Amino acid sequence: MKILALDSSGLVASVAIIADGILLAEYTVNYKKTHSQTLLPMLDEIARMVELDKKTIDAIAVAAGPGSFTGLRIGSATAKGLGLALQKPIIEVPTLAGIAYNLGFVKGLVCPVMDARRQQVYSGIYRFEGDRLVTVRDQTPISVTDLIAELNGMEETLTGEGVIFLGDGVPVLRSEADSTLSVPHSYAPAHLAMQRAGAVGVLACQLYAEGKYVPAEKHVPIYLRKSQAEQQRDRMKGESAGNAPAESDLISVQVEAASKVVEELRARARTEADPTGGTPDNSEFQKTEENP
Amino acid sequence: MSVDILAIETSCDETACAVVRDGREILSNVIYTQIDMHTVFGGVVPELASRAHIDKINYVVQKALDDAGKTLEDVDAVAVTYGPGLVGALLVGVAEAKAMAWAAGKPIIGVHHIEGHISANYIEHPDLEPPYLGLIVSGGHTHLVVVEDWSKYRILGRTVDDAAGEAYDKVARAIGLGYPGGPKIDREAKKGDPNAVHFPIAHVNGSEYDFSFSGIKSAVLNYLNHAQMTGDAVDRADLAASFQKAVVDVLVEHTIRAAKNLKINRIGMAGGVASNSALRAAMQEACTREGYSLYIPSPIFCTDNAAMIGVAAYHEYMAGVRSGWDLNAVPSLRLEDR
Repeated sequence: MKILALDSSGLVASVAIIADGILLAEYTVNYKKTHSQTLLPMLDEIARMVELDKKTIDAIAVAAGPGSFTGLRIGSATAKGLGLALQKPIIEVPTLAGIAYNLGFVKGLVCPVMDARRQQVYSGIYRFEGDRLVTVRDQTPISVTDLIAELNGMEETLTGEGVIFLGDGVPVLRSEADSTLSVPHSYAPAHLAMQRAGAVGVLACQLYAEGKYVPAEKHVPIYLRKSQAEQQRDRMKGESAGNAPAESDLISVQVEAASKVVEELRARARTEADPTGGTPDNSEFQKTEENP
Repeated sequence: MSVDILAIETSCDETACAVVRDGREILSNVIYTQIDMHTVFGGVVPELASRAHIDKINYVVQKALDDAGKTLEDVDAVAVTYGPGLVGALLVGVAEAKAMAWAAGKPIIGVHHIEGHISANYIEHPDLEPPYLGLIVSGGHTHLVVVEDWSKYRILGRTVDDAAGEAYDKVARAIGLGYPGGPKIDREAKKGDPNAVHFPIAHVNGSEYDFSFSGIKSAVLNYLNHAQMTGDAVDRADLAASFQKAVVDVLVEHTIRAAKNLKINRIGMAGGVASNSALRAAMQEACTREGYSLYIPSPIFCTDNAAMIGVAAYHEYMAGVRSGWDLNAVPSLRLEDR
């Protein structure tokens, strides 16, 4: 049983090879280069280091989301390309479960957080029963305030269980957690705190054994959010419905409103230059256009 | 020994894959177009385009292999468009192509999208060889180039603002024809008088080959505003025909001028707007008058497709060009930087 594992969901790029329960190789880089430049060269490097015969790979594991839309797609397209060429399935590992798995065997609640922007984090709540990861609350976008209120009110924390935070969203939540979280909490050390393809791969082995994998062509990232264009269109649809115009009017109103959405997005693209080139939603802002 | 190249193209709103033999013969050519999805938004939404690419790409690639009767083992190289285009859309194709090539032990070749468009003419015109003059017009690009040799280009002129196809989209929206503007204006213009309204031909200071289309677009919008204020009726067909004439005239004028100045008597047109009937007719008329040969691909090879990428990649392959596993998408890649 041999698995290639990839995680490019956030700032970290990480690849690993796991064979028969042994972590053969892992390569993790937390640097500003784009995943498009790093991920495959890293995979090539570790494959050569361990003299990997690619034909012996049984499945591709990928951190499937949530995360940066662009980062997720680089990981997913890489996994799909590998899956197509090797004719092997993809194991979709929820990103936050993969991060949580870094802390195997700890006592208490594990709460990985990723910066989701717009005053939100992507977060799930987990605990370990031995080496098994149990989902207490599934991954979702949530405001820091709501997450802290949720943790303060949970049965587990009321009975004295602590919480360990980890992930690149920790800086977003730390000061508010320290001042308003009423339960014991701590933060994972740097070597356990970020996405690691080794953890993704080991968790993937469990999922594979349970038959949880998909044909490569069927895999798509778990975005957890609609695109901004769709969100705004939905909102405008809601407004139009409230005014109850005639059916025929509604269609033209929607099209007009939708064009306005595109114009708005593009107008914003001119003012909001994104420095990282790979953060949530930024791919929506790439095409700039002059307003007529 | 023939050379078979598997090519992928995802730079905008078509997910495409093709298998091409020796840079001329199309063994398969699969295109999944997202146009219906974007029409409701009045234009391409980059995030939605990227999502659709990742959803469809393996089906498109597998069908291209199946249609060609090939497996990945059989091809000599994998090629992919790496720019220019929408970055999120490009990245899907680039990551997929690199992973496939790496897993199958094949070389990867990054191809410039415009080079692909130019190369589309080799598919149906076996006699066409460099040197010749190339005019590439699409929704995102307007380039006048000299194709000096295989894979060797010298840029004479380009648009300084909107691409020709972009102007079509904006004007079509303004006169209520909707998206995509090119074919809709082309159809509407057939019913109108191209000399009904005179729109100025924009010249770019200090350059005899550059283009500017935002001026023509603004003139159309001003005309509409003025008509609205004075309550005059606007004949949509006349307006479409007059706008189209202004765009076509400048494209033909610059191309013929370049051909005369550089003494090149062969012209290859490419890109989505190259399937515009008025442009085809006007350019053919001018070329016949001057005694030039005109080459235009069939409409299916004018709009975005992967066959053209496979053709361009063949010449890069023969020249020994190979990309690294760090090949990245470059959204504003210039033809001279490739």
